[in-house]
Amino acid sequence: MTAHTVYTPRSIDRLLTEEEYFVPGHRACIGCGEALAVRLACKALGSNVIIVNGTGCMEVVSSQLPCTAWRVPWIHTLFENTAAVASGVEAGLKALNRKKIKLLPDTKVVAMAGDGGTSDIGLQALSGALERGHNFIYICFDNEAYMNTGIQRSSATPYGASTTTSPAGKVSIGQVTWKKNMPAIAAAHNIPYVATACPSYPFDLMTKVSKAVATNGPSYLHILSVCPTGWRCPTELTIDIGRLAVQTGIFPLYEVENGKYKLSLDLLKLRPVTDYLKLQGRFRHLPEDVIKKIQQKVTEDYAKLKEEASGGTLTLTSR
Amino acid sequence: MATRVGIEVSIAISEAVKLANADVVAAYPITPQTHIVEHLAELVANGELNAEFVPVESEHSAMSACLGSAAAGARTFTATAGQGLELMHEVLYVASSMRLPIVMAVANRALSAPISIWGDHSDVMAVRDTGWIQIFTENGQEVVDNVLCAFRIAEDRRVLLPVMIHLDGFHLTHMIEPITFPEQEEVDRFIPPNDYPLPLDPSKPVAMGGFGPPSIYTETKWAQEINLRAAKDVVLEVWNEFGNTFGRNYSPVENYRCDGCRVLLLTMGSFSETAMVAVDKMKNEGKDVGLLKLRLWRPFPFNEIRQAVRNAEVVIVLDRALSFGGPGGPVCSEIRAALYQQEKKPKVIGFVGGLGGRDISVAGFEEIVKRGIEISETGSSQEFEIFGVRE
Repeated sequence: MTAHTVYTPRSIDRLLTEEEYFVPGHRACIGCGEALAVRLACKALGSNVIIVNGTGCMEVVSSQLPCTAWRVPWIHTLFENTAAVASGVEAGLKALNRKKIKLLPDTKVVAMAGDGGTSDIGLQALSGALERGHNFIYICFDNEAYMNTGIQRSSATPYGASTTTSPAGKVSIGQVTWKKNMPAIAAAHNIPYVATACPSYPFDLMTKVSKAVATNGPSYLHILSVCPTGWRCPTELTIDIGRLAVQTGIFPLYEVENGKYKLSLDLLKLRPVTDYLKLQGRFRHLPEDVIKKIQQKVTEDYAKLKEEASGGTLTLTSR
Repeated sequence: MATRVGIEVSIAISEAVKLANADVVAAYPITPQTHIVEHLAELVANGELNAEFVPVESEHSAMSACLGSAAAGARTFTATAGQGLELMHEVLYVASSMRLPIVMAVANRALSAPISIWGDHSDVMAVRDTGWIQIFTENGQEVVDNVLCAFRIAEDRRVLLPVMIHLDGFHLTHMIEPITFPEQEEVDRFIPPNDYPLPLDPSKPVAMGGFGPPSIYTETKWAQEINLRAAKDVVLEVWNEFGNTFGRNYSPVENYRCDGCRVLLLTMGSFSETAMVAVDKMKNEGKDVGLLKLRLWRPFPFNEIRQAVRNAEVVIVLDRALSFGGPGGPVCSEIRAALYQQEKKPKVIGFVGGLGGRDISVAGFEEIVKRGIEISETGSSQEFEIFGVRE
């Protein structure tokens, strides 16, 4: 394992609260990056929240009746409707506040779902909720496949990854489509705040969550969550692999504030994608030419993102 | 003092929701429900109804937003029809299983394909087992009264279940009828403020909708079943109080000129109005026939049905939905099932008709009764007959 320099932005005056809202005892796998991301996000959210959780890994590991790992109000209903349920909670609180039936003026509604629940089956409900401008945070915990049901591909699965429904075979390299750009889709709704994060950069993640809390209107956070079970990597490498995703430019950290892109970590030089790919069983089968193709795409995409960030304009061309 | 006005039934529903002082309306437009939500949006836009109107992007999201709103402790209303109800399907189960008191008006509509915007009960029957309390209505006054009762029933601590008020699309939604509205103060007295026992609230965190392993799932479902069955007493209590307060009475199975009748016709929804005229005509001609109207669909009124048909020899049931490849209309097969164990029971003859908005006239009902009696005497090779089909 590598020793890391911790990246701490200046706005964090207190490093970390000791308060836990997503507590031990849940059934997440060893080395789960998503459970860590949820724990950190909850620390930044604080106690004045209502969490709306979509079906997926976190719901399954945290809520088996009669137990719960949540110390904040939490509701789970279905898979594809997380953003719609959050809309309803927000509308309910708004009406109750306005009618002085119950006063919870500063309570933030936070929707949490996985990549499948966000970029596939829940995309319509999410788009509707973002468009309607509800005052809520939507957090997508992206582990790049349907891990809870056994590692099936989603539209967030990266090119070349072998999953149980995009298996690498004699005539297939595995996933043959490029990862859907969810943050750009969220930003296209002209919402005030969009950001990407990764628990390998915990303070960056928590700063972004705090910013989302302070945002009036919808905000969207996309958090890369390393999944040793589905990515077939050693459980002790969760943090390293998350860092490599960022440092190779595969998963850049950035914010889109009122349409303006801003890189959170401006990398002068990208590490080669092989540093990231070679640690994971899901990419083990990839031949040289495919790796080259991935490298080329990552380099290009990163350059475009940098350009957007420096120009400060929102370009919505397909990449 | 109550006021009596001529008003379209859909608009009357919105006015009832306003009288009930709903906090949140989340809805998606679908014919023939549109006038209900349009008028609600207008009431909110004009500040006449102090509520959040959430114009969602689908019925699935409409019902999902209702889950969130009800869980937050807000009084919640929506309306839909046909395909919209089907798109809500899985969410409907969650609403009842999580004990969320949502009120929904359903403008009953046929299901695709072929696409039909007109009324029948295919949509109702497809959501029969979703665990909602379901009430049929036959005219505008009944709809308004039962929407008011629905909030009271749903939010009662002994119930905490969602309620569907069924009204036939077009045949009822788009009619202009004289309707009596109670005064605001009377409604305020009749429907106390919503006091959902364990809402989502950071000062008292609750976890709702956990994952149910095999060791607990059966118990949760059985508790739900006991709860829905027990809700019938509260439905009766609320109807009774409504009758005492406002002078209009409702019961699970209603009789129209049934005393001593050997033959009974059973209908639900707006067709009952025509059926009553047909029964009057047949009675004038000396025929021995009465009309039963099924009002409470869920929880199913077993005892009331048994009681209502105890002296009859033939019960003719007209369903407005077809259970493909099955025993005929869903209502008919449930009535048969309810009577099967009885020592003395009438013959139950099933008809399916009025599909996709096709009207059944007075003469039509006369024909159904005539044919029903014929089948009861000679038997039929079919499980049921379809009425008015062109070969």
